[in-house]
Amino acid sequence: MKSDSKLLSAPYTVWMTIFIVLPMLLVGYFAFTDKSGSFTMENMLSVGQYSNVFLRSIWLGAVATAVSLMLGYPLAYIIAKMNARRQNVMVMLVMLPMWMNFLLRTYAWMTLLEDNGLINSALAAIGLPRIHMINTAGAVVLGMVYNYIPYMILPLYSVLTKIDRSVIEAAQDLGANSREVFFKVVVPMSMPGIISGVTMVFVPAVSTFIISKMLGGGGNLLIGDLIDMQFLGSAYNPNLGSAVSLVLMVIILICMGIMNQFDDGEAAGGGGILI
Amino acid sequence: MKNTIITLKDVTVSYDGEQVLNGFNLEIHDGEFVTLLGPSGCGKTTALRTIAGFIRPDRGDVFFYERNITNLPPHKREVNTIFQKYALFPHLNVYENIAFGMRLKGRSEKEIKQTVHEMLAKVNLTGYAHRGIGQLSGGQQQRVAIARALANEPKVLLLDEPLGALDLKLRKDMQVELKKLQQETGITFIFVTHDQEEALSMSDTVVVMDGGVIQQIGTPTDIYNEPRNAFVADFIGESNILDGIMLEDYSVKFAGHVFRCLDGGFGRNTPVDVVIRPEDIRVVEPDSTLITGDVTAVTFKGVHYEIIVDVAGFKWMIQSTECRHVGDRIGLSLTPNDIHVMKKSEYSGMFGDYSTFSDEMGEDIIASDEANALNRADATGRADSATAVAASDRANESEPEDEKEEGRADEI
Amino acid sequence: MKKAGARIYTFLIFLFLYAPIFVLIVFSFNGSETASRVVWGGFSLRWYKKLFEDRLIMEALRNTLVIAVVSAAASTVLGTMAAIGINSMKRLPRRIMMDITNFPMVNPEIVTGVSLMLLFVSAVRLFGGRSLGMGSLFAAHITFCLPYVILSVLPKLRQMDPNLYEAAQDLGCPPARAFFKVVLPEIMPGIVTGMIMAFTLSIDDFVISYFTSGTTQTLPIYIYSMTRKRISPEINALSTVLFAVVMLLLIVINVRNARDQEKGKVRRSPHL
Repeated sequence: MKSDSKLLSAPYTVWMTIFIVLPMLLVGYFAFTDKSGSFTMENMLSVGQYSNVFLRSIWLGAVATAVSLMLGYPLAYIIAKMNARRQNVMVMLVMLPMWMNFLLRTYAWMTLLEDNGLINSALAAIGLPRIHMINTAGAVVLGMVYNYIPYMILPLYSVLTKIDRSVIEAAQDLGANSREVFFKVVVPMSMPGIISGVTMVFVPAVSTFIISKMLGGGGNLLIGDLIDMQFLGSAYNPNLGSAVSLVLMVIILICMGIMNQFDDGEAAGGGGILI
Repeated sequence: MKNTIITLKDVTVSYDGEQVLNGFNLEIHDGEFVTLLGPSGCGKTTALRTIAGFIRPDRGDVFFYERNITNLPPHKREVNTIFQKYALFPHLNVYENIAFGMRLKGRSEKEIKQTVHEMLAKVNLTGYAHRGIGQLSGGQQQRVAIARALANEPKVLLLDEPLGALDLKLRKDMQVELKKLQQETGITFIFVTHDQEEALSMSDTVVVMDGGVIQQIGTPTDIYNEPRNAFVADFIGESNILDGIMLEDYSVKFAGHVFRCLDGGFGRNTPVDVVIRPEDIRVVEPDSTLITGDVTAVTFKGVHYEIIVDVAGFKWMIQSTECRHVGDRIGLSLTPNDIHVMKKSEYSGMFGDYSTFSDEMGEDIIASDEANALNRADATGRADSATAVAASDRANESEPEDEKEEGRADEI
Repeated sequence: MKKAGARIYTFLIFLFLYAPIFVLIVFSFNGSETASRVVWGGFSLRWYKKLFEDRLIMEALRNTLVIAVVSAAASTVLGTMAAIGINSMKRLPRRIMMDITNFPMVNPEIVTGVSLMLLFVSAVRLFGGRSLGMGSLFAAHITFCLPYVILSVLPKLRQMDPNLYEAAQDLGCPPARAFFKVVLPEIMPGIVTGMIMAFTLSIDDFVISYFTSGTTQTLPIYIYSMTRKRISPEINALSTVLFAVVMLLLIVINVRNARDQEKGKVRRSPHL
């Protein structure tokens, strides 16, 4: 199309400058200033006090991501092997829960996991001892896996269906048994899907603040909760909140950078910094 | 007589209740270059995949030498396949692709290195070991696929339309190279194609197939000169196929006249099909011969002219180096040697008249086949709804930018 | 053997995905007086009745829908224009534009929410005007919907035969009409997908709205405030209704897709 069609993106450019670039600059500005607006490193330094919160978030996020990958990969693989019509139905079924408000779904887990919730009532009814599940780190991980596992399954499914059947047959033809086909061909070839799935689960998991609040009780404070407290909570301090946000972004960028190393450097060209 | 290396015995394969192979019997000798030739859907690829082990027949057996391998999975068979679109592993470079089979067999690194370089030299790709698959042209990928299969030291190499994706020039070169490779290595090649020229120029033995049944097996010259029925005659080269009556041995009547011929053994007054190759017909003055007709179309083909002649309603094709013009009245002269008589078959009357002839027909069929395959692929990918799009988009984000530009036939 | 294993595995995962939703739906019909979350008190529709009488919920619902419609429409128009522009750019500017587009998709939502909140609060402080509310919600929602629209329209533009537009002009179509007659229909599926995505993302968004809504209630925010107290089963009823609507929509879309494919087959068969 003609060169003047480039102008069509001008409104978008202006919009994104105001609502994406400028706000990010503001976060940076707030992180390095105090309440009166003068430069300070204090906020960044005091983020260090919360290193345990950061470590807990990263740890729980990583566990939830790993569990999602372990649970999601086989399912994506099973779906990708079905015939086209059933694939469509299964993909729809994977996505359907996401259409339900995630607060409600997390709330539903609350009612299941509570000390006198449905699971414990069921256990008691058949004479088994009750298990304390709510307000534990395990419950937080469960909530994360539950909410974000579709984001793992869908990209995996999408790369798995794109693997050409003949490539798998070629591997068999060259002497690979089904295990060897899986680990030497299918898994390496689905690496882009794994990376994007891991990204899509890890980022929201590490920065969540609802799941920890609802399922983790007070004892499992995460980065998200910390940020929430600085902006809309009791500890109102946007400067510290901005500093925490900034550190969170840097952590995620670093994690993504590490993830990308797994991709054989093949795909390093496109959007390298962003994934 | 050479040993029989592959035997298909009474093999029947069906998909969704439709029989693709029907009581299929075939013996392939050690060291032969055999081509399975037929139109798409004739079952040739199915036969090949049955030998490779990707398809387990509903009925019948597959033998490797004397051993029944019907239920042996593909990875345990001593045959290797060159796939239609090469099926190279995109996550591995050239070296690792070729080394794949040997790694699985647990060969030493030294041995692998030596074999890989040997194979690369054999397919003229020395120096390409550490290229990525995406950096290779179609012809080069083809060579890597061949090297990968040969590195596995197969007893039989199966080639599933391996030249279909190459352009004409490259295809001719590869035909010569493949033939040479087969003669050098002495490996049995089973080659599948729908291109009759390819089949005739490369093979020791051609197996012409249609409808899941073998129509004729023979050397290229046999198949061309002595087609067994109208299908073979039409599929291999151009032919005029006429209804005729075998009056007695060496005497056949068609186009309203009685001709001498070299065929016999049909009995008296038997209806037959008569094949006359366009290049065998000589154009003469109308009053010096039995058959005369009007020229209705002339096409210049470079080596010769293709002339369509209307003889009492039946359109003949003639290939002649002399030019004629539309509307000319000409005579057609035949010698007994030019006339080939075939038994009537289910294909009688389906081919042979050039009144609706079009060069593009064959290509049309292939094109619509491919379009169909694409559609199917598209339908599979139709799982998209809101989030799946985002997900698959993310999955693709890691592609290098320039690949994204051309290759983005995403099912979004 | 293998198949059975796969089936059982699939079943277990889906049980995990659907059990909580099932519980929600079942308890929306709970007739228990105490509004208990675990004790079954017989079937009743009382929570549905209460739901439709609850003025606050209905207002939150209305806000949510208004925001979703406005931001889906605005982001579809802006995003489609942007996609066309980006598609005709040279390599480097396009890379920059794509990086900006991808950024909000990989940036943690909470950071996007917080940064927008800082922007709106600062703007109010600097220029005066009303505090956060519908206006800031519109802006925020359009912002996070835009990338999704662009990313669903762009592939369609790339797939399109670039000669189509030229062919239309060659046949005497003025550029603007050529665009509406040829280009637009060609990329329409991408635009529709983008719009549906924008709409659903907007309806479902909590995190970003939470930081940019001021005192305005949207449905997710209202639900959040209820989870902090004791949740009324009205919410169960509401989620059941929403779930049913979504499921119906998906089924309709899928059936239509399947039918289109059938038709496509019939149309093509003569060439076979």
